[in-house]
Amino acid sequence: SPQMLVHNLQELRRSASLATKVFIQRDYSDGTICQFQTKFPPELDSRIERQLFEETVKTLNGFYAEAEKIGGSSYLEGCLACATAYFIFLCMETHYEKVLKKISRYIQEQNEKIFAPRGLLLTDPVERGMRVIEISIYEDRCSSGSSSSGSSSGSGSSGGGGGAGAR
Amino acid sequence: MSVMVVRKKVTRKWEKLPGRNTFCCDGRVMMARQKGIFYLTLFLILGTCTLFFAFECRYLAVQLSPAIPVFAAMLFLFSMATLLRTSFSDPGVIPRALPDEAAFIEMEIEATNGAVPQGQRPPPRIKNFQINNQIVKLKYCYTCKIFRPPRASHCSICDNCVERFDHHCPWVGNCVGKRNYRYFYLFILSLSLLTIYVFAFNIVYVALKSLKIGFLETLKETPGTVLEVLICFFTLWSVVGLTGFHTFLVALNQTTNEDIKGSWTGKNRVQNPYSHGNIVKNCCEVLCGPLPPSVLDRRGILPLEESGSRPPSTQETSSSLLPQSPAPTEHLSPSEMPEDTSTPEEMPPPEPPEPPQEVTAAEK
Repeated sequence: SPQMLVHNLQELRRSASLATKVFIQRDYSDGTICQFQTKFPPELDSRIERQLFEETVKTLNGFYAEAEKIGGSSYLEGCLACATAYFIFLCMETHYEKVLKKISRYIQEQNEKIFAPRGLLLTDPVERGMRVIEISIYEDRCSSGSSSSGSSSGSGSSGGGGGAGAR
Repeated sequence: MSVMVVRKKVTRKWEKLPGRNTFCCDGRVMMARQKGIFYLTLFLILGTCTLFFAFECRYLAVQLSPAIPVFAAMLFLFSMATLLRTSFSDPGVIPRALPDEAAFIEMEIEATNGAVPQGQRPPPRIKNFQINNQIVKLKYCYTCKIFRPPRASHCSICDNCVERFDHHCPWVGNCVGKRNYRYFYLFILSLSLLTIYVFAFNIVYVALKSLKIGFLETLKETPGTVLEVLICFFTLWSVVGLTGFHTFLVALNQTTNEDIKGSWTGKNRVQNPYSHGNIVKNCCEVLCGPLPPSVLDRRGILPLEESGSRPPSTQETSSSLLPQSPAPTEHLSPSEMPEDTSTPEEMPPPEPPEPPQEVTAAEK
């Protein structure tokens, strides 16, 4: 159930401590449309398979392309809205908004199924002004023996840990 | 027992947004700070049209056709609707980078350029991108701490980065950018038509009535006509010219900002990579393309721990009684607590056990 899944995410936030964040930047090679770079960040190397990550970003890019698609239906929406002096927007949701809702659901799904079990959390780009996909990387406080490569688990931080080394 | 007034105030995100914007209707309306010229615009349009409907229309509807005021009303309503849409909506402001993101980008920049000694302003940071086989440079915005997307620019009046920044228009009291450019264009277009319409029918009215009672008598009977003709005359030259200019920009898919800076003109400059090369396609994209929603989330509610943390009470005795929640203490009047022995101004009265529920609510 969604409530249980959301609860699990909150559990993750409480039991784990935030190690670092990675920001996937926008890809402007195709103009000003909203696309994100599919380049795999090195910080995620030990946490998630490259293919899974790329697939997620590519799906997101596909959604954004759908939202910004210029074609028959978007023209129709634009002209209809203009004919009503844009009053229709007071009661109707735009195509873009509908796709953004789909994206929210998709990101939540991905977080539940793929990212949270790996100690990662995707933030919806809409909450970051569509500039970046923010991926929070958590260190699991509760895990006793699991020491993934390059990360210090449990013991006082003595500056260890590979990763971004931003601190 | 004393009565406390603890107002539980919900803080919405618009109250904490940086930049020099004014917000109205609890965040639903967003404008620039200086609104004087916008009020003038409203006054001119409303005033002229009121005079037109009150005087000329009554005569012309009877003498010529009742369709005249009907079309005038439609034009008037359309231009008012588009004006208000232009003025009140988010032009496409790019929210500033949060500290984590800003630090990440700074790191990236330092990695590529090398560290800059403290106190020295680093050179403008530029990243190169290739768009449709042409190199486009992205500039770093020091205020917003982001790399500006192509076609975005920082408005110094509103202190925001705006996507597809066109210009800041004092007549509408807002920036004109990606999200409200079509409203702006339709506003100046409909205003041009309205101005021409009112001007023309004023002439017709004067002509018709002069035939009956003479020119001077006509003017004496409806002195508003002179005012309307004057306003329309000056508006015609400015607004119609502006509409023509923006039609040209729309056809080429350019912004005023790019036109002024000469981004795409000149022999040594790149061609506009955003133009489809086809006038109709450009117009369709700019005017009827998909409308991105605002990413500012002005009416989102800020979690209580972020909404202005009050400094902890420095008073020894009452500090343990005070809850951690930032209930606005300025609403509590110390004079309502007569049993406090210390100076009433410094000692915030102890609050009833109700506030701890606020704290748990904040944890949710």
